[in-house]
Amino acid sequence: MTILTSKIRFGLAAAWPICLGYFPIGLSLGVLAQKVGLMPWQMAGMSILVFAGGSQFIAVAMIGSGASPLAIVSTTFMINLRHLLMSSALSAHFPSVSRRFLALFAYGLTDESFAVNMTRFNQGDWHRYSALTLNQTANTTWIISTVAGVYLGQMVPPGAAGVDFALTGMFICLLVFQLRSAIFVTTALIAAVCSLLAYLWLPGNAYIIVASSLAATTGLILKRLVPKRGATHE
Amino acid sequence: MSNPDFLRLILAMGAVTYLPRMLPLVLLSRHTLPAWFAEWLGLIPVAILSALITPTLFCHSEPRIFTFGKLELLAAIPTLLCGLKSRSLGWTVIVGMFCYWGLGLIISR
Repeated sequence: MTILTSKIRFGLAAAWPICLGYFPIGLSLGVLAQKVGLMPWQMAGMSILVFAGGSQFIAVAMIGSGASPLAIVSTTFMINLRHLLMSSALSAHFPSVSRRFLALFAYGLTDESFAVNMTRFNQGDWHRYSALTLNQTANTTWIISTVAGVYLGQMVPPGAAGVDFALTGMFICLLVFQLRSAIFVTTALIAAVCSLLAYLWLPGNAYIIVASSLAATTGLILKRLVPKRGATHE
Repeated sequence: MSNPDFLRLILAMGAVTYLPRMLPLVLLSRHTLPAWFAEWLGLIPVAILSALITPTLFCHSEPRIFTFGKLELLAAIPTLLCGLKSRSLGWTVIVGMFCYWGLGLIISR
């Protein structure tokens, strides 16, 4: 039991940077939601059921502009489809784990929890209960901060203190964490170029999946070609 | 939007978000992935993050056009440096927000 407690404590300790990142973002989402007329319980419901920052921002903005539910749901689907790839990447770290655990763990899969859990699993000192604790701590912070934002909304003027940049700032930092070697930097640069072109030419949020699949594929081909060339060279 | 409509909306949003998160974990975890596929998946996070960020830094959204020198791009530079230097998610978000806010004040003046 004490071993389990310590695993939970590891998870809590690793979660704080995510929580610190989520808090201002959650607050700003809540403020935005209040501006388009959502009630605190509506914000809570969305944060509990969806728990996906980027898509919730877009959904709130779309609600504000009177978009159809079908458009909102399909946009949410497109934006969050990237988790398909993350879920696949994480699956290697859960051999012979019960489906019930995985179904619960999957609920807390976000870009941030994925980035941190994946890093820790790769370092080898990470237990699935630490990972689950991290997910649920981040989830709780997210729910509380988004609802708090709705209450704060009345007091905060739009765009105050750079909250609009919180999400971008967090993604930039998570990107930095991912730059582990030259091939990762190369893949990031390819993804950036593909993403720009796809964003300008393709409708909706298709650019995320198109650019990241293309970049990962090119990165993989380069990774497989470069050592071979080095081996045959001279 | 009425309350039942809103509930239906967030339930549908929740379902389409949860299924892609859950299905690969539940279906793939009992199999060993081929090496090339595992390597490909390893490159996915960096590719996704880069793809998410870039249009924010270099494009206007309505209409979608390329632009150089957006406030987001200017604020991204100190944010990137802070991330590289501090390796702290919390600090980087705070520094990024502060730079974005501060640069916004300087430029609008």
